[in-house]
Amino acid sequence: MAKVRGHRGGSPTIDMTPMVDLAFLLVTFFMLTTKFNEPDPIAIDTPTSVSTIKIPDKDVLTISISKDGRVLFNMDGQYNRAELLNKMGTIYNVQFDKREAHSFALLSSMGIPMGSLKQYLDMDVDERKLVSQPGIPTDSLHNELADWILQARLTNRRLRIAIKGDRDSNYPVVKRVIKTLIDKKVNRFNLITNMEKAS
Amino acid sequence: MAEISQGGGDGGKKGGKIRSKKTSTRIDMTPMVDLAFLLLTFFVMTTTLQKPETMEITMPEKDDKEPPKVNERHVLTLIMGPSDKIYWYIGITDPEVKVTNFSKEGIRKLLLTKKVEIPKLIVLIKSMDESRYKNMVDILDEMNINSVQRYAIVDITKTDKDLIKESRL
Repeated sequence: MAKVRGHRGGSPTIDMTPMVDLAFLLVTFFMLTTKFNEPDPIAIDTPTSVSTIKIPDKDVLTISISKDGRVLFNMDGQYNRAELLNKMGTIYNVQFDKREAHSFALLSSMGIPMGSLKQYLDMDVDERKLVSQPGIPTDSLHNELADWILQARLTNRRLRIAIKGDRDSNYPVVKRVIKTLIDKKVNRFNLITNMEKAS
Repeated sequence: MAEISQGGGDGGKKGGKIRSKKTSTRIDMTPMVDLAFLLLTFFVMTTTLQKPETMEITMPEKDDKEPPKVNERHVLTLIMGPSDKIYWYIGITDPEVKVTNFSKEGIRKLLLTKKVEIPKLIVLIKSMDESRYKNMVDILDEMNINSVQRYAIVDITKTDKDLIKESRL
């Protein structure tokens, strides 16, 4: 082969096959390990800690608390989410159709009260980004968060609960959330933090 | 460039017929390689391999049982105040309120000295409404760092608020 090539004198060919093999191997690896989590509608800057426990991969219910005290709810698992929405619908007398359940399953964190959730789910994705989410009501009189937590736990028994609070959020909101958790007999939960920067 | 030459060229033909150029089926791999690397770059950049850390806390169950009685001299109360201040006092009867902060010389030194002074130390963590969430996480973190075994997060009482107001710190 080499002899023949030499005669032609054209550009030397490099066998790229191993490189391509490697490239595709890496592509496959990253494709399988990537998890696309939708960005939170509200940016949350978590406090730092020295804790080194990692958050579990699945069965996590995240309650986010934004800087201005809005409470957002998130749970993983698409099937569980759709089921949860139906359960919540029965409690609050809101009928959700299949399409709405599907778009709820694909949502990330959301802070929409039950009253306007149906309307929110009917919007398309671009429209939703423009809506400012008021947060889930947590007052003692009208505590939707408590229902979300209870129903989520009934839907997925292995659920772990994590609070993702912004470092500057006010303590009373955090206290209300923790109180709601304890009322619902969740005594063990996680606080999501960042790695402490070496100082 | 990226191509496979197929047909092996001069397989068995030693005769060296020049005109017997096979119409070799070469596949141009360049677009495929381009695509592969494009995807590779995309996934490398979007992957987040680092997961956030969590802190586990367990709150006591809500029941109407009488809380366990402890010697008040073993109790250190820390109150998270506004603008990252920590008020602290020992005991319950006529305590002397002092103030400290989250620096190494502040709360960490306080906890370490108190741990030596009081072997059966119990820390009560109370947060004023003006405090931030960060303060709570930081103080729980300090408990871990200084390995304080017994601590509890409790609600602030009116007495505490009055004490702080009186102390004017």
